[in-house]
Amino acid sequence: MVSQVGEDHSLRRRDFINIAAVSFAGVGAAAVVLPLVSQMSPSADVLALASTEVDISKIAPGQAIKTVWRKQPVFVRNLTPQEIAAANAVDVSTLRDPQTLAERTKPGKMNWLITMGVCTHLGCIPLGTGEGENRGPFGGYFCPCHGSAYDTAARIRQGPAPLNLQVPEYAFTSDTVVTIG
Amino acid sequence: MSFAWAKPYEPKTGLGRWFDERLPLPRLVYGAIGGGYPVPRNLNYWWNFGVAAGIFLTVQIVTGIVLAMHYYASADGAFNSIEHIMRDVNAGWWLRYAHMNGASFFFIVVYVHIFRGLFYGSYKAPRELVWMLGLVIYLLMMATAFMGYVLPWGQMSYWGAQVITGFFSAFPVVGEPIRVWLLGGYAPDQAALTRFFSLHYLLPFVIAAVTVLHIWALHIPGSNNPTGVDVKTEKDTLPFHPFYTAKDGWFAGALLFAYCVLTFFAPNYLGHPDNYIPANPLATPAHIVPEWYFWPFYAILRSFTVDVIIPAKLWGVTAMFGSILLLFFLPWLDKSPVRSGSYRPVFKRFFGLLILDVLVLGYVGGAPITPLNIALGQLATAYYFAHFLIILPLVSKFETPLPLPSSISESVLHGEKAEAAPIGQTKPAN
Ligand code: HEM
Ligand code: FES
Repeated sequence: MVSQVGEDHSLRRRDFINIAAVSFAGVGAAAVVLPLVSQMSPSADVLALASTEVDISKIAPGQAIKTVWRKQPVFVRNLTPQEIAAANAVDVSTLRDPQTLAERTKPGKMNWLITMGVCTHLGCIPLGTGEGENRGPFGGYFCPCHGSAYDTAARIRQGPAPLNLQVPEYAFTSDTVVTIG
Repeated sequence: MSFAWAKPYEPKTGLGRWFDERLPLPRLVYGAIGGGYPVPRNLNYWWNFGVAAGIFLTVQIVTGIVLAMHYYASADGAFNSIEHIMRDVNAGWWLRYAHMNGASFFFIVVYVHIFRGLFYGSYKAPRELVWMLGLVIYLLMMATAFMGYVLPWGQMSYWGAQVITGFFSAFPVVGEPIRVWLLGGYAPDQAALTRFFSLHYLLPFVIAAVTVLHIWALHIPGSNNPTGVDVKTEKDTLPFHPFYTAKDGWFAGALLFAYCVLTFFAPNYLGHPDNYIPANPLATPAHIVPEWYFWPFYAILRSFTVDVIIPAKLWGVTAMFGSILLLFFLPWLDKSPVRSGSYRPVFKRFFGLLILDVLVLGYVGGAPITPLNIALGQLATAYYFAHFLIILPLVSKFETPLPLPSSISESVLHGEKAEAAPIGQTKPAN
């Protein structure tokens, strides 16, 4: 029988077999866990709903609509000149998430405020798109869940939400059509 | 296991002996909940809630399995399948209401059970693991109840799922990817509903398994008791059967009666009417609230409204999880060697305040957000943490406890001699 301990105290044959077997099983286990974890991520059909077109020709100044992109609401709002002025009058450095209205809209289209309709606190849909809905103390949107208030640039002004309403990727395909995503 | 005087199992029939030699299951049962398990003789009614929790776990598993025979976890069909159960399935309305209210009763019972442990110091050595396994059960219950509430796919189901999975997005960098991974999408939808159903079916069995560990760990030192004094002799105990099986049985009957009153006469009293509106991903209800048993935690979550170093949202979520995780450290926060609150005059007062505090949190968590409610919630949240992190350690250091009885039987038998005396005499004539 082959000696178990090498003359020079090198690695024993048994130890090598042991380590090799356990490592092999470890790699196998990792290879099994990977698909078990990744099956929970969004599937191909969920990811496929990637872009959506919106006709904005019917939205009068002061009005807003709610549309859907990737199964989440998007707010499209036509700001009035007063609302634009109110947003621009704010000292940006005092904001929780400092951004100007210009940074949140497209050049030359400052009246079109397009944001996700998902409160950055815990994901409720803020009020303020529908006729007569509570727009909160800053005239933008108001989240009923935990009281976050957004201003007319959809920036967070009060309440627990940490960030401004997110501006999705979008482009004006024409003057009256916007493609989101 | 247990005490030296515990009676060993003795099979009474030939068949019993045959079975016991091959699979000692009757022996296990006899030693765990039979005549072979000695229990302190002085347990009061607060000790009935452990068995009661087990009964409601059973109720939930049985009603849940039959509901799952009629429910389908489809974003288009879930709501309708619930209505189908309510209107068309034989006795379906009863099964659903039994499951709905069973969850509430399970929580009522477990809350009493937890506060019993808090008052009588059941979390202290040598029962730390019993306590911690109990907390694991409680966390699993919360996860199960949350996912179960999503299944009817009503407005509160949907928005509850949105808000609660939103907790995870509070964590920087990894939070949002985790949220999307948990939901299998960007908002709750089919993928989320199906996986919640799968887990809602699984977790109660995990709870049952952890309950076995919980009781196994309990049976090493045996139950605590209202005096908190250790069992010393056989005189301090009674066999579980027939004494506590009888007491637990009668109490279970009384509790199930209360449960039936609620289930049959006010089945929706503890629910929220908005959950009878089908889920609408484009309209948030004006006032989102979770089920009543989550209200105190919801109040803690909503109490953080300003950023201090880290964003308010992260504070809220951290504090909410922290309020439970903190309880895992309780055995080391309260160092007083006296277990029972009955002998701790200062602790007893603060315990009363803690109950009041949790009730206030519960009220605030279910109420609409007004400046007054937010302020009240902040005060109550601060007190909750102060109780465990400041008051309890200080009280256990400075309090002078009352003298403890020298044994359980002494504390039980006080006054017996006087009672045995002839009328007119305060001492027996001997
Ligand atoms: C499914 C839920 C649960 C079941 C079925 C259950 C069951 C039981 C049973 C049958 C007992 C013995 C009888 C009694 O002392 O009342 C017990 C004891 C105990 N349980 Fe639970 N329990 C549950 C949840 C919890 C939770 C959530 C906690 C606390 C965090 C907890 C903490 C304890 C403690 C500390 C004891 C020892 C009590 C003592 O002897 O003083 N249990 N449990
Ligand atoms: S989800 Fe909007 S304030 Fe909490």
